[in-house]
Amino acid sequence: MDMLKATMSQDKTELTQTPLQKIWVPGMSTQMLRRRGSSVPQFTNSPTVIVMVGLPARGKTYISKKLTRYLNWIGVPTKVFNVGQYRRDAVKSYKNFEFFRPDNEEAMKIRKACAVTALHDVNAYLTQEQGQVAVFDATNTTRDRRELILSFAKENGYKVFFVESICDDPDIIAANITQVKLTSPDYEDCDREEALEDFLKRIECYKTNYLPLDDEQDRSLSYIKIFNVGSRYLVNHVLDHIQSRIVYYLMNIHVTPRSIYLCRHGESELNLMGRIGGDSGLSAHGSKFARALASFIQEQSIKDLKVWTSHMKRTIQTAEALGVPYEQWKALNEIDAGVCEEMMYEEIQQHYPEEFALRDQDKYRYRYPKGESYEDLVQRLEPVIMELERQENVLVICHQAVMRCLLAYFLDKSAEELPYLNCPLHSVLKLTPVAYGCEVESIFLNVEAVNTHRDKPVNVDVSRESEEALDTVPAHV
Amino acid sequence: MATSPRELTQNPLKKIWMPCKNGFPEKHTSQRKVCMTNCPTLIVTVGLPARGKTYISKKLTRYLNWIGVSTKEFNVGQYRRECVKIYKSFEFFRPDNEEGLKIRKQCAASALNDVRTYLSEGGQVAVFDATNTTRERRDTIMKFADLNGYKVFFVELVCDDPEVIASNIVQVKLGSPDYTDCNTDEAVEDFMKRIKCYENSYETLDEIKDRDLSYIKIMEVGSRYLVNRVLDHIQSRIVYYLMNIHIAPRSIYLCRHGESELNVKGKIGGDSGLSARGKLFAKCLGKFIQEQNIKDLKVWTSQMKRTIQTAEALGVPYEQWKALNEIDAGVCEEMMYEEIQDHYPLEFALRDQDKYRYRYPKGESYEDLVQRLEPVIMELERQENVLVICHQAVMRCLLAYFLDKTAEELPYLKCPLHTVLKLTPVAYGEICCETQLESIHC
Repeated sequence: MDMLKATMSQDKTELTQTPLQKIWVPGMSTQMLRRRGSSVPQFTNSPTVIVMVGLPARGKTYISKKLTRYLNWIGVPTKVFNVGQYRRDAVKSYKNFEFFRPDNEEAMKIRKACAVTALHDVNAYLTQEQGQVAVFDATNTTRDRRELILSFAKENGYKVFFVESICDDPDIIAANITQVKLTSPDYEDCDREEALEDFLKRIECYKTNYLPLDDEQDRSLSYIKIFNVGSRYLVNHVLDHIQSRIVYYLMNIHVTPRSIYLCRHGESELNLMGRIGGDSGLSAHGSKFARALASFIQEQSIKDLKVWTSHMKRTIQTAEALGVPYEQWKALNEIDAGVCEEMMYEEIQQHYPEEFALRDQDKYRYRYPKGESYEDLVQRLEPVIMELERQENVLVICHQAVMRCLLAYFLDKSAEELPYLNCPLHSVLKLTPVAYGCEVESIFLNVEAVNTHRDKPVNVDVSRESEEALDTVPAHV
Repeated sequence: MATSPRELTQNPLKKIWMPCKNGFPEKHTSQRKVCMTNCPTLIVTVGLPARGKTYISKKLTRYLNWIGVSTKEFNVGQYRRECVKIYKSFEFFRPDNEEGLKIRKQCAASALNDVRTYLSEGGQVAVFDATNTTRERRDTIMKFADLNGYKVFFVELVCDDPEVIASNIVQVKLGSPDYTDCNTDEAVEDFMKRIKCYENSYETLDEIKDRDLSYIKIMEVGSRYLVNRVLDHIQSRIVYYLMNIHIAPRSIYLCRHGESELNVKGKIGGDSGLSARGKLFAKCLGKFIQEQNIKDLKVWTSQMKRTIQTAEALGVPYEQWKALNEIDAGVCEEMMYEEIQDHYPLEFALRDQDKYRYRYPKGESYEDLVQRLEPVIMELERQENVLVICHQAVMRCLLAYFLDKTAEELPYLKCPLHTVLKLTPVAYGEICCETQLESIHC
């Protein structure tokens, strides 16, 4: 009787490996897939609303956008809701600061309506659009307004985390106004002097009613207060993993002007043969590039430049030509192609046609057998990004897939775009933060190299012909 | 000044590419992942007695050493006990006890001297654990640091909750050598008077006066932090760590997957499923966990089949971490040790020479594993009750963190199959309780 029972009872330990991400899930077939596999544990249970607090020109929008970019990059769907934008949509043309006077009842009504509409959209994003974090970017300088948001969040089961930016340094405020306010749609038809004068009066309108988060009264709220662009922080009641990561990130970013240079190693011997991965040395052209890179770096006359490489021979050989100290990071190693290491695309098509097709179907999440995915790479690179945020001038000599991931972070590219970003050999990308984003300058160092970029082919079906699969493979020896 | 690139050679143990001349490796600036700090750092605790300074000092030291930053703590109270053999009463700490003050000042100076020795002999971080409650004492320390080129980072612990303080006293002070011959009530009474001696002269780190110092002020047992002027990478990591630890009672359970098919064949690595015995273990583990009646238990596995199969048998939700995957044995994956000896005798020997730093060709080292596992440790610190189902090398790394084992001991820690280790924080460390599930009939 017992033996019968044993054979009839389902073996709970039967697992299948999802073909794309190579994640083991329970069940006899992946048809019954209910759990979405991920290389990262999902730490959020309830969605989070991050609420900015602060007078105008304190960097709220800068922080909102940067934080959103970071969270999206590490895989937490996040979106900014800028109430000023809603106001511009409601009140088509901005006249002057009088709109923001605390005794302007008409305007107060409009401004409140805008905030409510924005909260409505936050709700839609977090419940219907699979959002996990919403950043509510507005001044939120009164206790009333914050109460409104807290009630809204409570009703909907969202966690709230406040980010208050406090700054009394007139130089910093003036610099902020110059960088981002003077070019705002609000001041299109004004000259600089007019715009500056009006904006300063606008700030005054908020000052009288500004109640910063209070040590006593707000002791049960979760928040971080940032003083004077980061020389001091007050952190209160961090509730969960995502809030802890947000605090860590905010405490590591800075606004000191600097540039980040990204490039790949010089052309390698395996590159020449059209083979992926491996740990080969530089080709003749690759060595030539290394020397050209050295000249370029010298000409740029960069203050206190740090140079980082991976642990792979080709990046280190490239750095060696610069004649300056460099740091090796294992985290910067190229994506591990597992069983496909050192193969040509033609060989992958020959030996693993199904894998090759799956990769084209979802290049970001696709994990090589016994290897990695772009999604894994991003996880691996997160400490590199964190340290890049802390640093000033840095040159990162890395690899194609790695460079795509780093670039996607700086240029806010989606997971779909990331694996197809163009990162050719022998080109240096100079990234300089400016206003709310990043300026990119691409410099080709005039040393020829093979093309290693393979575009997504038209036919990504597993049943496709070899020719269709290999249609976009770049030329090689 | 473009020079022709130096020749590179790959260090046989760590598989790191280094410049070489005539076949010999040349001096290389840095092989560490990132330059944590250019000059040594002196962490200085600040706070009244029984605020958790020694707890934080020891925990922080343990963490920094585990991630590869040579750290040592210097507890001035210890120096005092060695100097003044027998502790009589709180009177020693009275602010008007000149004799006592002289001795205490000497002890601090002696400790600083040892700090200097440590930091000049390869130490990277020294934790100076004392009350340091007066500005005068802190100025002395900063002058010392300035003279020797150390960066200073203060960690102040502020707590006014009498219950927390009483609990601290009971947990660690009553067992102190100072109170071996006292009963509980006597000890508590004396210690409270001891705290009083410090209170009048206590100058907390001030937002204005100390605005140029680098520090973290931990208030209300960690629900509130004030962070000022974090200067570099190591200080940033220290702040992140301090903000993630908590003192809520909880237990961490560590075990390996059940016996796998490759285990049975004596092969390392791979991604095989459980053997029959392994499946039985998974069932027993399920029963064991149920009996333990653990509140809100989180279960974590790696992304390898054998840990997931083990977790599946528990019938509870679990999270998969790629970071918990077993060490990558590179070219030696799925080999038996005999085969490794046959095909790679040199590698096999190198591994035995320095098992912590040895990296498999196209694979990983224990040192790499620790780096990979750091986010897991950080999240374990944040969490409460957790069961981690992992692998041998991974479990050794995690265990080494909790039990403060060195890099030399780590790769040889005993982590047999079918054994669950229960780790519970106590006083200044962790208690490890072992249960072999093989011997339990289920």
